[in-house]
Amino acid sequence: MAVISYREALNQAMREEMERDPNVFVMGEEVGHYNGAYKVTQGLLQRFSERRIVDAPIAEMGFAGIGVGAAMVGLRPIIEFMTFNFSLVAIDQIVNNAAKIFQMSGGQYNIPIVFRGPSGPAVQVGSQHSQALESYYAHVPGLKVVMPSTALDAKGLLKSAIRDDNPVVFMEGETLYNTTWEVPDSASGDDLIPIGVADIKRVGKDITLIAWSKMVWTCLDAAKQLAEEGIECEVVDPRTLRPLDVETLAASVNKTGRCVIVEIGWPVAGFGAEVAYQMQRHCMDALDAPIERVTSDDVPMPYAKNLEDEVQPQVKDIVAAVKRALYLE
Amino acid sequence: MGMVRAVVTASMTTPDSKRVEHDDHQELVETTPEELAPLYRQMLAIRRLEEASAKAYSQGKIGGFLHLIIGQEAVCVGAIAALEKKDYVVATYREHGHAYAKGVAARPILAELYGKKTGCVKGLGGSMHIFDKATNFLGGYGIVGGHVPIAAGAAFASKYRGDGAVTLCFFGEGASTIGGFAEGLALAALWKLPVVLICENNQYSMGTPLYRSLAVEDVSLRALAHGMARDRFDGDDVVKVKRRIAEAVERARTTGEPTLVEVITYRFRGHSMSDPGLYRTKDEVEEWKRRDPLNRCRQRLLDVGMIDADLAALEDDVKAEIEDAVKFAEESPAADEYKKYVVKGQ
Repeated sequence: MAVISYREALNQAMREEMERDPNVFVMGEEVGHYNGAYKVTQGLLQRFSERRIVDAPIAEMGFAGIGVGAAMVGLRPIIEFMTFNFSLVAIDQIVNNAAKIFQMSGGQYNIPIVFRGPSGPAVQVGSQHSQALESYYAHVPGLKVVMPSTALDAKGLLKSAIRDDNPVVFMEGETLYNTTWEVPDSASGDDLIPIGVADIKRVGKDITLIAWSKMVWTCLDAAKQLAEEGIECEVVDPRTLRPLDVETLAASVNKTGRCVIVEIGWPVAGFGAEVAYQMQRHCMDALDAPIERVTSDDVPMPYAKNLEDEVQPQVKDIVAAVKRALYLE
Repeated sequence: MGMVRAVVTASMTTPDSKRVEHDDHQELVETTPEELAPLYRQMLAIRRLEEASAKAYSQGKIGGFLHLIIGQEAVCVGAIAALEKKDYVVATYREHGHAYAKGVAARPILAELYGKKTGCVKGLGGSMHIFDKATNFLGGYGIVGGHVPIAAGAAFASKYRGDGAVTLCFFGEGASTIGGFAEGLALAALWKLPVVLICENNQYSMGTPLYRSLAVEDVSLRALAHGMARDRFDGDDVVKVKRRIAEAVERARTTGEPTLVEVITYRFRGHSMSDPGLYRTKDEVEEWKRRDPLNRCRQRLLDVGMIDADLAALEDDVKAEIEDAVKFAEESPAADEYKKYVVKGQ
């Protein structure tokens, strides 16, 4: 069984889709000659030339909008944000234009565009570069929001995002690029993973942990530790926040009767609150304990390593939440 | 360095004098009744369409915001007359006239304003969001300046595909201070995109006059920093607008070079229906109305030889067209769907 990195998976997804469809192009800062700030677009310029791998100057509002306009008339742009923190200066294009135009035009113009790039806190890059903004985009009708946790998911979901006829906000884990995952031998270039389908990353009977992107890995670490104490966690990864696969999540919670939702974003109005609402709505009869949430602390990210670690959900925080939900504390 | 046209000083707004001076002694641009009659017809239809909209608004049949283009008709009509069918137009929330000039019929425009199912966008957009794929009208946008990069994007696609289409992007001088305009302009220049950016300078950014919003009132000067071609002239004569925009369109089509064009104009009504326009003097408004581009066009049509009977027939035809559109909007069924077009394929 072959193993690929999250970074390679994304690169392969773009390369294969660009080979398949001449309307697909990549635009963003440092995507071409520099080979990508995080090397996700490594080698694409050599393969596809400057016509399709377009280095943009520092003008997110401008190049995100150029992507929207190009998508209106039939191209399929992949707009790379160097990090999703910078998408905030382009949010007018994402929220006011990309998300609205299909409805605003009475269904005449759809916007087949992918906004992608690293998101979530990295390592000691300070408050402006350490934000998890998925709750912003998941709030907006007209967008799809995808947050793959593994290389396999990253590839299959990015290919689906590129072929989707709607704007897709594709948020990559900034600290996941070097992570690897096994690719089944049967995998072919067309092994797409549909948007809107959750995946059970670990099967367990005692409690359901719901997490996406990097927090899936932290939950798997916590589950491993809890298993040593005889507690079997089921780790469910929605993979896409909008649309949300409520059915798969609820099936797990109905099975285990307990639920902890883990997200790296802030607590107030975080996406986990919506998940919690959906789980109590669909699993009330099965729930044996209040749904727990684990989030980052409600502060802008500090720089110092010890503080930065303290702010984010750690294995110990998840273990504690699981024990609260099991009334073991 | 971009090409620089001689500047016609159509407006001079300073803290000392808000009064807009106008040059009445311009050379007449040559034309024929065959060229001018369709332009006059479009301008007149837009004027009547806007008047019908205002009436319906006052009767409570149109809701929300309603921004009328009365007084500025020569700009959209002249500019869009310089296009081919395959070319794209991107406009603002004051876009009924642009849509009509691009070929969208009065019926679906008015029905959209009424919020009816038969509207251009099925009652989902309203006055500010007219879109029409059949005529390559890429929309009316309600967030100032954000549509400038969209126009650059349509032009990017034309360059990418080599389809030879040109995109016109309309915006007000009030948009020239926001980032979307600055970035769209910079990228259009950097990548040599076939787009013509048309600033309809009506001298008031909502209720704020030029001198309180722009350090330098000549918006076309922004092109210089990007090595972009520019032009600046008054928008009273529809034929002049057509000729000058045609130069920019030709440049975009043959060389891929964008142009920033500033057209000095004036809206006779307030910013929207709810604006009584108290920030302008009555004398100022009357002075501009005296120069009404619609009347000027009509007079020119007679001067170049159109006979009274033909002109009367044209005007009757417009009257009937707009009356029919009002009837159509009134009688159309109410909008009835709002979940079908959130995401495609779902």
